[in-house]
Amino acid sequence: MDSAKIDQIIEKHRGKSGDLIHVLMEIQHQNHWLPRDVLHKVAAALDIPFSRVLRIATLYKTFSLTPKGRNEVHVCTGISCHLRGANKLLDAVERATGIKPGETDADWRFSLETGSCLGSCSIGPEIIVNGTHHARMTPAKVEDVLKEYP
Amino acid sequence: MTRLHSATELEQLRAGILSSRNPAKPCIAVCAGAACHGLDSSRVANAFQTEVGKLGPDAGVEVRVTGCHGYCEKGPNVVVGPDEICYFEVSPEDVPEIVDRTLRGEVVERLVFAHPDTGEKAVHMGEVPFYKHQTRLLIGDNIRIDPMRVDDYLAVGGYAALAKALFQMTPDQVLDEVKKANLRGRGGGGFPAGRKWETAKNAPGKDKYVIVNAHEGEPGAFMDRALFTGNPHKVIEGLIIGAYAIGSHRGFIYTRHDSPQLIQHIEQALAQAEEYGLLGENILGSGFDFRVEVHYDVGIFVSGESSALMRSIEGLPPEPRPKYIRTSVAGIWDKPSNLNNVETWANVPQIVGRGADWYAGIGTAGSKGTKLVSLSGNVVNSGVVEVPMGTPLRKIVYDIGGGVAGGKAAKAVHFGGPMGGSIPVSLIDAPLDFDELAKLGAPIGAGGLLVMDEDTDMVDVARYFLEFLTNESCGKCVPCREGMRQTLKVLTNITKGKGREGDIAQLEDLNDVTGAACLCALGRTASDPLKSMLRYFKDEYETQIARGSEGKGSEATGSAAR
Repeated sequence: MDSAKIDQIIEKHRGKSGDLIHVLMEIQHQNHWLPRDVLHKVAAALDIPFSRVLRIATLYKTFSLTPKGRNEVHVCTGISCHLRGANKLLDAVERATGIKPGETDADWRFSLETGSCLGSCSIGPEIIVNGTHHARMTPAKVEDVLKEYP
Repeated sequence: MTRLHSATELEQLRAGILSSRNPAKPCIAVCAGAACHGLDSSRVANAFQTEVGKLGPDAGVEVRVTGCHGYCEKGPNVVVGPDEICYFEVSPEDVPEIVDRTLRGEVVERLVFAHPDTGEKAVHMGEVPFYKHQTRLLIGDNIRIDPMRVDDYLAVGGYAALAKALFQMTPDQVLDEVKKANLRGRGGGGFPAGRKWETAKNAPGKDKYVIVNAHEGEPGAFMDRALFTGNPHKVIEGLIIGAYAIGSHRGFIYTRHDSPQLIQHIEQALAQAEEYGLLGENILGSGFDFRVEVHYDVGIFVSGESSALMRSIEGLPPEPRPKYIRTSVAGIWDKPSNLNNVETWANVPQIVGRGADWYAGIGTAGSKGTKLVSLSGNVVNSGVVEVPMGTPLRKIVYDIGGGVAGGKAAKAVHFGGPMGGSIPVSLIDAPLDFDELAKLGAPIGAGGLLVMDEDTDMVDVARYFLEFLTNESCGKCVPCREGMRQTLKVLTNITKGKGREGDIAQLEDLNDVTGAACLCALGRTASDPLKSMLRYFKDEYETQIARGSEGKGSEATGSAAR
């Protein structure tokens, strides 16, 4: 965790209570999760109750209150990917990583998420690892793709 | 960049940009839209820049990285102007040959479109089947615009409509023009935009807001992103014109946080528009002030609903409220707030620029203009399609989409995502029209068109959509939170082969309650896909339930076997 960068983000929004979602989004993008002490700092800087910060932080799916693995694996389960076999792809990813959506493995290697829709339906089904798309996936290709992410 | 103080200065700037460009000089447009980006088009773009860079400053060709071209299935897409030669599935290795041939005025035959059956080649955009049946008024400029450069938008006539509105029209005249054009909201409801504007304009209070809804959370819909990422100024120009008509001085853009490109392009566009004096104080010297700020959805579907979206902009949890009073009267901070989606705003400049009569000449009696459609599912050519309203769905699915993938037969087409509906392929000659499709039970919604092949399990599709909405319900009202859960339970049981007699009656009962009693459109229309299935595919439900009561589980899960 880079506390200096997080503090910088919080400082930018100090006193602006309407910026709550912005601050949390920037911290999430930077740090990949929202530690409790950081949420306390946000509450103090924006001068809003901690309970309200927690309410927003737990409501949106993007915000994570637990640390993430080194590699964030995202399987698109939008309708187009679903029609093209996203379920079987997800099964294969679960088998390869040993985790279910929302979980992180014991070695902190992978975190798995599902979600829809990323708007690249033409190249589905796909998995996205650390922002890189792996298009037109099949269950058979999963092992090889994940090997690239130690 | 210098600040512009009048419409004349804007036209002088435009003339300067155009005279510095040679329209005959070949320009290689590399698509960086969502699908092409996923296929690593940035490597192709880099290769072009390197290759052309080697030729020095006087290279007889230039490279432009653009937004979505539309033919996502065959990405990475490259279009070489001015003749619009289309190359498909381009890899970095093809780049030197393309540059070399382009300089010599030749075509790389092996990369152009070849018809899958006849092998017949199509070189130019106007000949490629996917493009030739379209009318690309909104998305067509994407190939000519680097979204990071406002000058490219000015070069295709950008902001001329804004100048016309500010200097040749009163706000009332702008409003009348939009009303006369009968522009209907593209976000899902199809409500006349002019009437909405009028409500906000006439609502009491001095502070009024205008909002671009760029949330686009509907699975299978990606056309708004393609338009907004590829041509952000078009949407912003529409928004400024709308603000002028309504009398608003503060605008909001509410969009997705998960596309870095979209965020970058919007922010750059706002900054450049402000530098030119097209935004901010005293726009083009007209005395009209208008500012825009950007807010983000961070992952919840219901925040695309208008009243929920406005709560989110206030920094509060995005929960819808009952709309006894419309948001156009009491929206953000309870001030009149006019919300339209990306595509609706993007239509405004051409209505003002070319006139309502021209616009109303396109489309059907009740649905005017063109419509962007995200074509996906079991279709050969998926991508972003733009056709005049009234176009038969058959033309979209077969002539443009190339029919069903894998040589299978079509079973149904589905419009409107989780709040839309499916119609059987026998109704595929129905026109793309707000009212006609709503009557059939497949309302256009935002414009996500899914093609489903013969192997699709219609119970599973309804279950899929309902599961999506159950997870996305904000939980504020009981009929939505609990009603959908119960419906989902019944559907899941049927797909698992545990269906029971009486399930269909129970589903219909639940549909009636959620349809009538939910607080917002999410809950009220959540049962729409299921209703359409029970209307057209009831036998499939009955068969699966019968199989369940015989104790045999179902194996079918669509054409997902690949």
